Amino acid sequence: MSITEILFYILSVVAIGSALLVITSKHPVYSVLWLIVTFFSISGHYLLLNAQFLAVVNIIVYAGAIMVLFLYVLMLMDLRKESEPAKNKWLKLAGAVAGGSLLLVLVAGLRTADQRMAQLNEGNIGLIENLGRALFTDYVVPFEIASILFLSAMVGAVIIGKSEKSKKQAVPIAQQQPEPEAASV
Amino acid sequence: MKNLIALIPLLPFIGFLINGLFRKSLPKGVAGFIGSGTVLASFVISLTIFLQGTYSATPLQYFTFISAGSLQIPFAFQVDQLTTLFLLIITGVGFLIHVYSTAYMHEERQDHFARYFAYLNLFVFSMLLLVMGANFVIMFIGWEGVGLCSYLLIGYWFENVDYTKAAKKAFVMNRIGDLGFLLAVFWIIAKLGTVSYNEVFTAANLAKLTATDITGITLLLFLGATGKSAQIPLYTWLPDAMAGPTPVSALIHAATMVTAGIYMIARSNALFSMAATTNTIIAIIGAATALLAATIALRQNDIKKVLAYSTVSQLGYMFLALGTGAYVAAVFHVMTHAFFKALLFLGSGSVIHAVSGQQDIRYMGGLRKALPVTYLTFFIGCLAIAGIPPLSGFFSKDAILLNAFVYDKFLYAIGLITAGLTAFYMFRLLFITFNGSFRGTEEQRHHLHESPIAMTLPLIVLAILSVVGGFVGVPELFVQGGEKLTAFLSPVIKPADGLHVEHSTEWILIALTTGIAVAAILIAFFRYRTYKEEQPSAIGRLFENKWYVDELYNSAIVKPLNALGAFANTFIERSGIDALVNGVGKLVNYGGRQMRWLQSGQIGSYVLLMVVSMVVFFVLQFFLRK
Amino acid sequence: MPINYYIFLSLALFTIGIIGVLTRRNVIIVFMCIELMLNAVNLLLVAFSKMHHLAAGAANSTAGIEGQLFVFFIMVVAAAEVSVGLAIIVMLYRNTRSVDINFLNRLKH
Repeated sequence: MSITEILFYILSVVAIGSALLVITSKHPVYSVLWLIVTFFSISGHYLLLNAQFLAVVNIIVYAGAIMVLFLYVLMLMDLRKESEPAKNKWLKLAGAVAGGSLLLVLVAGLRTADQRMAQLNEGNIGLIENLGRALFTDYVVPFEIASILFLSAMVGAVIIGKSEKSKKQAVPIAQQQPEPEAASV
Repeated sequence: MKNLIALIPLLPFIGFLINGLFRKSLPKGVAGFIGSGTVLASFVISLTIFLQGTYSATPLQYFTFISAGSLQIPFAFQVDQLTTLFLLIITGVGFLIHVYSTAYMHEERQDHFARYFAYLNLFVFSMLLLVMGANFVIMFIGWEGVGLCSYLLIGYWFENVDYTKAAKKAFVMNRIGDLGFLLAVFWIIAKLGTVSYNEVFTAANLAKLTATDITGITLLLFLGATGKSAQIPLYTWLPDAMAGPTPVSALIHAATMVTAGIYMIARSNALFSMAATTNTIIAIIGAATALLAATIALRQNDIKKVLAYSTVSQLGYMFLALGTGAYVAAVFHVMTHAFFKALLFLGSGSVIHAVSGQQDIRYMGGLRKALPVTYLTFFIGCLAIAGIPPLSGFFSKDAILLNAFVYDKFLYAIGLITAGLTAFYMFRLLFITFNGSFRGTEEQRHHLHESPIAMTLPLIVLAILSVVGGFVGVPELFVQGGEKLTAFLSPVIKPADGLHVEHSTEWILIALTTGIAVAAILIAFFRYRTYKEEQPSAIGRLFENKWYVDELYNSAIVKPLNALGAFANTFIERSGIDALVNGVGKLVNYGGRQMRWLQSGQIGSYVLLMVVSMVVFFVLQFFLRK
Repeated sequence: MPINYYIFLSLALFTIGIIGVLTRRNVIIVFMCIELMLNAVNLLLVAFSKMHHLAAGAANSTAGIEGQLFVFFIMVVAAAEVSVGLAIIVMLYRNTRSVDINFLNRLKH
């Protein structure tokens, strides 16, 4: 068993284990932290597959930016005292069974799919040089469109996040009720 | 020439459009002028065609009307001898009726007046289309148009509910016949794949039809003809059609609508001459209609009703002629009948005009002095319809009776009796109306006056035509080189081999007809010279009540149909279809109510269902595909 | 490494995400589970990309690069999605003082 394979198994176990912890943790903050662990292990998989650019981007974007955003939102909401309302036990069970059977069915269905290999450690398509060349030649139009998507997402987020009260009626600031997030911070 | 011919129907149509669209703003004089002028122009064109002899059997195609697969129906006119003759009758008599109408309808409101002329023009247009079409489909357009216009004109005074009912009756009765016509056309299309006359009536095509086809087609066509031409069993609409203004009755009964059936059968003579069974049926129905209507006419007291039943009776004559294969005689009688029946109707209109709308002859009498022109022309019309030589009715009726005599002695006897009855009831009408003393109110007596020139002039013209109109068909018996009409129509209607009748027999028949007519007139004269109330006998009551045919139809057809309708309404519509429809609605409603919990807005349950269905699909895809 | 291993690993992660969506009511955790599912797919895409690269051999040096670019664009979209989604969640919390996903059924009114 080569070192790569050992690494693969370790990373897989970490990924699945931390993913399970994400959905089982009581407190959302723990979930976020365990999700960050999952993302790191997935980045490790990317490295194994010699997709270095994606590994880096995954850590920066997901583990860095997105998860920090989650954490920030969780901090905004004061969830310490108010724990998540318990979901119906049977519904929980049904959800677990349904998801489990989906896994079962898919694994059973794809068991004999094919035995081709995925290249590990080698191949340089995942390097930033090659990806960058492809991105700025063949895929330059989607790339630019993606920037527009970001812009619109930003505008949308700002509009949704704006306080509704200040939009509806121009109440003097002194008389305004304290904003919920202001109270919680 | 082609464009000129297209103008014949187009002009009345333009008149219809102008009068119909601008009826609110057109003064009466202009509306009447447009209405009459367009028909006059058509008449002039028709006359040109007749005089120049530019008619031919070649269809003039204007555009493709229907193109469906191999079936091509062109919009084409065919102006041959038969059509030319009908064109002259329709536009000529139609024009006189238009002129007459300008005076007769003068008291109508302005927009109603223009509406009236619009309908009249549309009527003439439809009738022209009917006779000019070069195939059955164009004829059918005209056929339907005539039915529609008769409905509009009979129900012209639509404020009166009875009149609108009469219009409805005419429309429904016509529709029954139209269905037969339509089915016959479909049958022809199915068998021959064409509807053009010059293709259908070729020997090669006729040979393709089996005996059943020919009998079926001709019977269906005849059903159509009974509807339009008011034969048993569909004749009851025509007397009720008297609800319309009197000139309309003249137009419907004399020049146009009722002759459509005759025209159609004469046009299809190639087909009908091969169908012996149908011919027998036509002859019997024609004779029966003639006799039945004549007996009813004996006891009617409404001046227009008498004339209406007289029309039915004369149409019966024509069908008798068609059944016996005497197509020329039938067309001849159409022509002479158009003259004297238009004359009689317009004359009755003049009388009604004079006595302020009174139609019951029991309240007339002694009008001879007040209405000299009307009386004289009416008298000529009565003589013509009674068949007194040498007026037009004599020749045409004689031709029919001669053919009937050769065909079947019994039918001839019926025709002869009817001829006597015709003379009797017409002169009864004449004497009661014009002789004796006036029996109306004092006010009406004061009001009595001869009609204006616009009304008397058509009467005079028609009276002259009634006198001389018969000479086109003088038989060989009288004049060497007679039978001009037969020769004229010979390209369309193949002349018969000639009737093998001794000249002595012919003379006897003529003497018999004339003798009976004269005798009937004399009886009528002595009986009705001075009017007195008469107690009707049992048979008289039967005649007076029109053989109770309306009542029979009412109880045998209308009431069962109504009952069936009520039954269907209750059991099929309400508890069947309605229940089904409502049931579907209720089921969906119930189902929706039950399914509503699924649409809970709970995202979790949506996702759960989504996952479950995904599992199901994957199971189907991976494991159950084999 | 056989591609099957990656398929099973991705399936496991994906199903865990689904179970999380089905069993949790905290809208933020549900949202995180969705991110987890996206990542599972990303992983599979990269594995397939490398598989195709291996299959194409030396003749085609850029074979399979589309898969990785796809992952890149998924990340872009995911980032945009997260920013808008979190804004909505904040909005929801501000209005209902709760992060229960079932409160979203108020949208039907």
